[in-house]
Amino acid sequence: MSKIFEIPMYPYARHADQDSAAPVRHRVVVVGAGPIGLAAGIELAQEGVEVVILDENDKVSFGSRAICFAKRPLEILDRLGCGQPMIDKGVLWNKGKVFFDDRQVYDFDLLPEAGHQRPAFINLQQYYLEAYLVDRVRELQDQGAPIEIRGRNKVSAIGTHPDHVTLEIDTPEGAYNLEADWLIACDGAGSPTRRMLGLDFVGRIFEDNFLIADVVMEADFPTERWFWFDPPFNRGQSALLHKQPDGVWRIDLQLGWDIDKEREKRPENVIPRLKAMLGDEVEFELEWVSIYTFQCRRMEDFRHGRVLFAGDAAHQVSPFGARGANSGLQDTDNLCWKLKLVIDGKAPESLLDSYNLERVQGAEENILNSSRSTDFITPKSEMSRLLRDAVLDLSEHYAFARPLVNSGRLSQPCTYDGSPLNSADALTDGPERTRPGSACPDAPLGDDFLLPKLGNQFILLTIDADAPDEITEAGLTVKRLALSVKDDKTGALQDRYLGKAPSGVYLIRPDQHVAARRPSYDDNQFRAALRRAVGKE
Amino acid sequence: MSDTKLILEPNINCADDFYADLLAAHEGRDKADSEAFNARLILLLANHIGDTAVLQQALAAAALPSAKGTKDV
Repeated sequence: MSKIFEIPMYPYARHADQDSAAPVRHRVVVVGAGPIGLAAGIELAQEGVEVVILDENDKVSFGSRAICFAKRPLEILDRLGCGQPMIDKGVLWNKGKVFFDDRQVYDFDLLPEAGHQRPAFINLQQYYLEAYLVDRVRELQDQGAPIEIRGRNKVSAIGTHPDHVTLEIDTPEGAYNLEADWLIACDGAGSPTRRMLGLDFVGRIFEDNFLIADVVMEADFPTERWFWFDPPFNRGQSALLHKQPDGVWRIDLQLGWDIDKEREKRPENVIPRLKAMLGDEVEFELEWVSIYTFQCRRMEDFRHGRVLFAGDAAHQVSPFGARGANSGLQDTDNLCWKLKLVIDGKAPESLLDSYNLERVQGAEENILNSSRSTDFITPKSEMSRLLRDAVLDLSEHYAFARPLVNSGRLSQPCTYDGSPLNSADALTDGPERTRPGSACPDAPLGDDFLLPKLGNQFILLTIDADAPDEITEAGLTVKRLALSVKDDKTGALQDRYLGKAPSGVYLIRPDQHVAARRPSYDDNQFRAALRRAVGKE
Repeated sequence: MSDTKLILEPNINCADDFYADLLAAHEGRDKADSEAFNARLILLLANHIGDTAVLQQALAAAALPSAKGTKDV
């Protein structure tokens, strides 16, 4: 039986552009049809921006790769029309166990906050996400949206100019040239675009190797995240067991830095390791094995004129905490609405510098968190190992030590504190979590939820406050969503958006981050806030 | 952020008793075991204090005041 990742989903097909005498100019070219490139293409196409996605391959990603999707990316995928299939197929989990040496030291339940449409996390193989995104591209094409994916189109040269980018592309039928007003590079950690432009990729380097195996087994392990520190079957290293759909289990075994990758990948070396971990009696089949080498680093700037970098092409983190695909989806969510406004002439090009600023902030947070996890999992000195082991030993007996155990802090959206797009917080009694720069938390509204109502355009959210039904400023029309705390009997809307304040008015960006908030509507202030949020103030 | 200050004046009721208990706790342990014990003790006490401002002052105080005054001329 063919696996989903063995079937060409966007096979090479000759395009008229290849026979054009002069290079054809496109509005946006996205390099890379991984989850981030596809998400960028879909978001732009949904907004009517013409986009071509190029990929050197023609299939979804091989093997499970990114498997843990957090709430915020799921909410973003909802806006891209791909959230529901993710939820339907994904494995929901909240529980986990931590092992140290030969014993379980504790177990936990994440007890996610109630009143959100989407769960805290799901596990799902990356190839499913990519397949759903490709399905969505096809659906958009059927509706006449200006989007295409060109498989086996490998970018071999890039030229940058003040107002466009030139591309040389290799195909099975030879090379051709294209031009793009804008280029979004989503071509992964090894980004050829980054290399061709001779750009930096620096930072603190942590180097480690992980053997990643997808194992198909009929085992009665519960749907939990199991993490081992220094287990007998992988001495001095860590191990992770996590469930995916289709009876596939993901196993990560840390191998350390100085290893022979090709040797470690051979089944005769992998299988004894897995047997030691799972027990001799467990029957399993290896679906995919890979050695993953990670480094924590980022580009200095995610924007280089008309070239914008997103996802792993722009930043790389350790796998602890699921911050790769999850943060990449937040990159394009931040970028695409800004690019749309710039293309439409409704915002200055400098708005794109706020993409760099905000997402560098996000990347820094992710690098900080994942570096701390790495330091805990792989102690760098005798003393750090002593302290780490002390935390684990204590955690078996006392709850206080458990928050110190760090096998990955799961991805939370970045709050863009200090962003030039934010207006000063004027809702003085308002909750911290919805201050300007925050990603809007969901809240129940009867049988419905808040986030789907916010949509993907600027919106004025009023809670027990008056305001015009729409305002037009700087060429943008912003509609109002009028709510009352009475719309949510659970009290979550009040807790999350008002706190002690009796009323509130929020200006919310297309990526559902808060731009401004005040206790009541003030025409001048909100018009200024809107101008500021599009880089005009 | 609290403005609690790390106590650097005598604060243990029976200082000699505590010191004897501390030594006794290490008796019969080899170096590695003693070091692990100390690490656990630090973590327990740090959690009891809880206040990160105080913990930061303790981290700084444990590094001892710089010897600058005596060395640099």
